[in-house]
Amino acid sequence: MLDKLRIPERHYLHEGHSLRSWLLTKDHKRIAIMYLMSISVMFFIGGLFAVGIRFELATPQGDFVTADTYNKFFTMHGIIMVFFFLIPSIPAVLGNFLIPPMIGARDLAFPRINLLSLYIYWIGGIFTIYAMITGGVDTGWTFYTPYSAAGSNSHVIPVALGIFIAGFSSILTGLNFIVTIHRMRAPGMTWFRLPLFVWAHYATSLVQVLGTPVIAITIVMLFVERAFGFGIFDPARGGDPVLFQHLFWFYSHPAVYIMILPALGVTSELVSTFSKKTIFGYSFVAFSSLAIAIFGFIVWAHHMFVAGISTYSAMVFSFLSFSVAIPSAVKVFNWTATLYKGAVSFETPMLYAYGFIGLFAIGGLTGLFLATLGLDIHVHDTYFVVAHFHYIMVGGAIMGYLGGLHFWWPKITGRMYNNFFSKVSAIMVFVGFNITFFPQFVVGYLGMPRRYHSYPDEMQVLNVMSSAGATVLGLGYVLPVIYFLLSLRRGRVAGPNPWGASGLEWQTQSPPLTENFVEIPIVTGEPYEYDHVPAKESHLV
Amino acid sequence: MTIFGIPIFPDQASTFAKDVDTLYFFILTVCSFFALTVAILVVYFGLRYRRKREGQTGARIEGSLPLELMWSVIPTVIAMVMFGWGASVFYHLRRPPDDAMHIYAVGKQWMWKFQHLEGQREINELHIPAGRPIKVTVSSEDVLHSLYFPSFRTKIDAIPGRYTELWFEASKPGTYHIFCAEYCGTNHAGMIGSVTVLEPQAYQAWLQGGGEGGTMAERGARLFEQHACNSCHLDSGQGRGPSLKNIVGTTVELTDGNTAVVDDAYLRESILTSQAKIVKGFQPLMPTFQGLISEENLLALIEHVKSMSPQASTASGQPAGATPSPNAPKPPARPGEKKQ
Amino acid sequence: MSNVVAHAGQHADSPSRAHHRALQHHFDTMPQQKEAAVIGMWVFLLTEILFFGGLFVAYMIYRIWYFDAFAEASRSLSLFWGGLNTAVLIGSSLTMAMAVRGAQTNKRKATVNWLILTMILGCVFLGVKVIEYSDKFEHHHVPGPNFVWASEHAAPVAEGGAEHTPAPEAAAGHRKLSLTPSQLQRTTQIYFSLYFTMTGLHALHMIIGIGLMSVITWMAWKGRFDEEYYTPVELSGLYWHFVDIVWIFLFPLLYLVERHT
Repeated sequence: MLDKLRIPERHYLHEGHSLRSWLLTKDHKRIAIMYLMSISVMFFIGGLFAVGIRFELATPQGDFVTADTYNKFFTMHGIIMVFFFLIPSIPAVLGNFLIPPMIGARDLAFPRINLLSLYIYWIGGIFTIYAMITGGVDTGWTFYTPYSAAGSNSHVIPVALGIFIAGFSSILTGLNFIVTIHRMRAPGMTWFRLPLFVWAHYATSLVQVLGTPVIAITIVMLFVERAFGFGIFDPARGGDPVLFQHLFWFYSHPAVYIMILPALGVTSELVSTFSKKTIFGYSFVAFSSLAIAIFGFIVWAHHMFVAGISTYSAMVFSFLSFSVAIPSAVKVFNWTATLYKGAVSFETPMLYAYGFIGLFAIGGLTGLFLATLGLDIHVHDTYFVVAHFHYIMVGGAIMGYLGGLHFWWPKITGRMYNNFFSKVSAIMVFVGFNITFFPQFVVGYLGMPRRYHSYPDEMQVLNVMSSAGATVLGLGYVLPVIYFLLSLRRGRVAGPNPWGASGLEWQTQSPPLTENFVEIPIVTGEPYEYDHVPAKESHLV
Repeated sequence: MTIFGIPIFPDQASTFAKDVDTLYFFILTVCSFFALTVAILVVYFGLRYRRKREGQTGARIEGSLPLELMWSVIPTVIAMVMFGWGASVFYHLRRPPDDAMHIYAVGKQWMWKFQHLEGQREINELHIPAGRPIKVTVSSEDVLHSLYFPSFRTKIDAIPGRYTELWFEASKPGTYHIFCAEYCGTNHAGMIGSVTVLEPQAYQAWLQGGGEGGTMAERGARLFEQHACNSCHLDSGQGRGPSLKNIVGTTVELTDGNTAVVDDAYLRESILTSQAKIVKGFQPLMPTFQGLISEENLLALIEHVKSMSPQASTASGQPAGATPSPNAPKPPARPGEKKQ
Repeated sequence: MSNVVAHAGQHADSPSRAHHRALQHHFDTMPQQKEAAVIGMWVFLLTEILFFGGLFVAYMIYRIWYFDAFAEASRSLSLFWGGLNTAVLIGSSLTMAMAVRGAQTNKRKATVNWLILTMILGCVFLGVKVIEYSDKFEHHHVPGPNFVWASEHAAPVAEGGAEHTPAPEAAAGHRKLSLTPSQLQRTTQIYFSLYFTMTGLHALHMIIGIGLMSVITWMAWKGRFDEEYYTPVELSGLYWHFVDIVWIFLFPLLYLVERHT
């Protein structure tokens, strides 16, 4: 059985080599690959802006770029990272690739809509990059009125349109996943046999579908305000600028759950696989994803505690915001319990999972500080908030994404990457991340506001620490590009199941066939069973 | 507080800064406990239950309802404690004492303009006495800003078309930062200043230096003449407009049958959109001054009118009874105020 | 999944007849494919509800704050054209339902005719909207720098003591106003901002709908549908009914504010 592993003759990457076969594909796996390439480009553009920001902030004076340019840096960094990297990332790459095989289907329910969603993403991205190149936008990714409607001289409208368009990409992906998970499961694949990755994406898709249209209409209103001089948010005509904030955050708060829920799903898969043990409390973890999605919709005004909302509103939203923390805590405890009496190994994906658990815990816990009204008055709009959300978005979501990429890379490409450098890079990312962002909690409580181009001298040391960490973090992100690309040619052939993982996707060849399965399997077992899976190989179905 | 000369914690320069910091340390302790516990367990389990041989699998443990309940209920209880404590500190931070000294702040791109009742006007600087509660009424002339005093641990957004407020009582003389904490365009990072807390006598001395133009009320009196308000609002009540003597704090009947309490908000509305609420028995003749008077001058005029009602000089903006017009600045939200 | 048993052969329950030509490769059966499509369409309509919902929320808030302005502005709209459009749209939903029925029963000509009728009614709707919009442009009721509003409660001209009182009680209603003429002047712009955004967005959806219909009509003409496969007609029907329902909400909210006087 253990004869030398070979890349199979027929697989999805060999099904046509022309540009046309890629651009007009209906194969969810090829679409996932194209998303992978696109969001990687976006990540590096967003990362360049981050480099610009941290470089400027190494000195207290605004001496690297002008104030306007700096304002554009942080705006574009936020817009690209949120809308063009984080929101698609795991769902569009890993979700697209893996959900059909995980549930035993040949493709998503709507393959052409999947392709359309990719095209729409490209068009939105092109609008946004065009706006960047021709001058950029400086309103902050939050676009608050009246500055965005009347105050700013920058290219608000093209960027707003770019985001509007990209939003439809997100909606269509979510719609596709919902219908797929409802209607395309293989015989025997009941809801409670689904991998937790699928549960997480189902919850994410609900948020995408219900929340994204609201940012879309908010952008429409901003557009008519700015382009036609309508007065929906104009105080001189009786409009309320704070109404914009309500509408904006009604989407943008659930949006952060779009960004983290898939990573929570990935982590469940990694923790289970690398402990060779079923997830402790499966149904609790599954339902906690749904709970996060639902509660995420009722807490938006915690972004507005100092925006002039009434004391009573503030108390209601503070109370509700604590509710969202509980299901997240439940997940962390269940993962910890999964490790107990497991058979734990520390391959690269598990290093990312560990990093995720630690950093997500800190990020989530610091959310409690912000939900606490008496404290939020002081730390709102300071670097404390910046540190909080980077712990979750970067320490959490991006590590989840990288962990997932490292885990499923052999399935996607058929090859393994360099083991040593992948571990080095995981550690660099973890260390670099903490050095970058932990000092920001301190400087935030000290009072340093967000979006500041220059700052008082006494805050320099903490800022220099942060900028230094960013260098390590950046290097940690560059390494995977190199060893992943090298692996395509020189990586060891992985075989169907190099990790000994459970899950239908590991029962197929690597890389998979275009149609995923020779025959659709019938599922009779429970998820996360490891006893019968031999270490390195499994039978092809 | 500094470590090797590097500041890592802000000064506690207000009476409630300590309350905020105590809350902070409580949450920090609880969260550190949980974070460390998880970190230690996760590392410990990972090492203790390390995979030892090829093909080894973990024990078959599906879950435990008691554990799930425990680690759902306990965090919920802790979260409720955090919420309750935070809400109570917040309540305190948002309720100015009745005897608070009043200061006005107007944010505009990219500076903070402060006005003392006695007439002093400051830009990006604020001198205040220690040991007295101070209420700052905040507004904006253009886009959103946010007035932030880190050493006092409080901030509030400045919204165009509205009044918001914060309060504090400075406890420690010294000079502290003022920041704008809501992104407002090019020079957002430059919209900073300093608040100087003086001992009461030193503050009095500073006040004697005087602001040009006299007190706010005196400036308002000059504006009253300039804009010809005195041509209609005769003290005798026989003019085309009602007399403004002793009017503040009273309830007037309007032409549409409703009543209104004469407070800051009513006065502001009457100047800006004079036909909003017309006192019964008078004609809608008053011109509107929307766009003709700056925020600071508006405040000065209001102070002048208030000075004509010496017994009600502490009345502030709480509309009651009359239909609220959202064009008037919303008086700072204060819970539980159905009285007055 | 370790206890997976592969089934030798094919899809779960395929009947012995040949696959329908419209069955896509990743589905097992036509019913499964249709169900998936219909669920997908409903999810999409849910997103549309949330999309319009933001405007309805803004409308609700401002109507509560500036009721007088909303009432006055609403009264300036033409009940005739609005009512006609409502009837036209409801009629077009009927013709659409008939078209779906025709496709369901494999009546090609009937389907095509009903679809064409639906499109005609849709165009009538849009034509009426053009009439209404041009009227607004003429009267400078488009919000922005050129907006002019002559309130029902015109402010008196105070010149040298001229004292004519409009007596607010004598205005269109017997209700006391809570806004002044100058406030009405300004906040009416908010009403019209919402009016144009809401009806404009709705009209855009109508245009897309008519485009969709023309494609479906062409497909029906080419005989692409039968009893087993008429899903595109059904899905377009769902979309069309949705656009109709949005109008059913828009009409009273925009046209019928305080009309009882």
